Amino acid sequence: MSVERIRSDVRGITPEDPLGLDSEFIQRDRSIHPPAFTPNYKTSALRSPRIPLWSLQNSLSEVTGPVFSPDEIGPLDNDLILNYAKDGEPIGERIIVHGHVLDENGRGVPNTLVEFWQANAGGRYRHVNDRYLAPIDPNFGGCGRTLTNADGYYAFRTIKPGAYPFRNHVNSWRPAHIHFSIFGSGFAQRLITQMYFEGDPLLRHDVIARTIPDPEAVKRLIAPLDLDAAVPLDCLTYRFNIVLRGRRSTLFENKLQGN
Amino acid sequence: MIPSLPHLKESPSQTAGPYVHIGLIPHQAGFDIFAKNFSNVLVGPDTVGERIRIEGRILDGSGAPARDILVEIWQANAAGRYNHPADRQEDKPIDPSFRGWGRTGTDFETGLYTFETVKPGSVIGRKGHRPMAPHVNIWLAARGINIGLSTRLYFSDEAEANAQDPVLNIIEPRERRETLIARREERRGEVVYVFDIRLQGDRETVFFDI
Repeated sequence: MSVERIRSDVRGITPEDPLGLDSEFIQRDRSIHPPAFTPNYKTSALRSPRIPLWSLQNSLSEVTGPVFSPDEIGPLDNDLILNYAKDGEPIGERIIVHGHVLDENGRGVPNTLVEFWQANAGGRYRHVNDRYLAPIDPNFGGCGRTLTNADGYYAFRTIKPGAYPFRNHVNSWRPAHIHFSIFGSGFAQRLITQMYFEGDPLLRHDVIARTIPDPEAVKRLIAPLDLDAAVPLDCLTYRFNIVLRGRRSTLFENKLQGN
Repeated sequence: MIPSLPHLKESPSQTAGPYVHIGLIPHQAGFDIFAKNFSNVLVGPDTVGERIRIEGRILDGSGAPARDILVEIWQANAAGRYNHPADRQEDKPIDPSFRGWGRTGTDFETGLYTFETVKPGSVIGRKGHRPMAPHVNIWLAARGINIGLSTRLYFSDEAEANAQDPVLNIIEPRERRETLIARREERRGEVVYVFDIRLQGDRETVFFDI
């Protein structure tokens, strides 16, 4: 076996499978994720399994996942300034959020569904269960979605969300954040996370951000201001790259290593 | 000098929170925004296979139903093939009328979730292993769940296949396998599989690190 062939095996890339779709995922490093039981975030106490997860080597059931097509996405679905506009545009700081969905090998994840949701500029969610006294913005829905392009790039336009209080400790406040849901190409890559904003002083007090044990890992959820990509006299821009699990050697063929 | 492989670290997970519906199921949050919505109905008129309903509740460590959980399923078609380019089981047809994925939220009042789908066929196992028994892959996200939980639903009327399944067979103690078997019921001619998920405590459901 040639050095080149071995090298491509390690990355899960072969002439028959140039995108590495056949290959299983690198084991998830649970130490960078929050554990299930994080008592300072109180709701986790009764919603965390107490028996360790059963480790499962990937089969077709884990390396495959749903495929979405562009005709399912409307032309305004990634524009939260216009996708719920009724008699005007929403009030708040106009921003673009953009970045790449990459895998751990640094490859862009193409054609994957990225969904996002958030509160309005005052920290109020458009949801039947949100009773915070800050008002609803009649022109703001607060959700959007898009497919990444061939390079894994995505972008959407929105209003910067406000902080809001929640019933955890008596005086718990969430920092400004945008929720993200990402699919990847296999169901084992499925991920929901939150994006925070550079410089937000509430972040260091946030019990939910602090469920992540490693402060370096928290930093990867903080989007820096991307002034060079701002639209002059129109809106500011933040950059948020998302990393999904990478792939290792191919599953179903004879290989020197792996499997 | 040996060049190092580029290796990024996965973005850390965060809870989906109590308002996950806004982004993923807006009509349940109480408003309509997209022209096309994803749903818990995986079948259309042309889908091949036996129609089934999957329903259940998700119970927390106190035994109370969790009423704000996002539930997604991913499954093979009636022939046992996934609608995905990595599935190359050429002997089985792809059903163009079946994507194999759906999502829903547990009901705010009852805590019940349901899916309308077809019963999946058996899928090949890993190299050197037996075929997998028919199963549905489930993923849960919600307030209080810091990282999505993965489990599998198997079918009570597939006892023979379940006994041979390479995944069920690695679970010890054996009693825990029972937490993954959905109970078949027939209601006015409709086939329903009841699958309750227990997040914590007595008869805790098996969750997988996939």
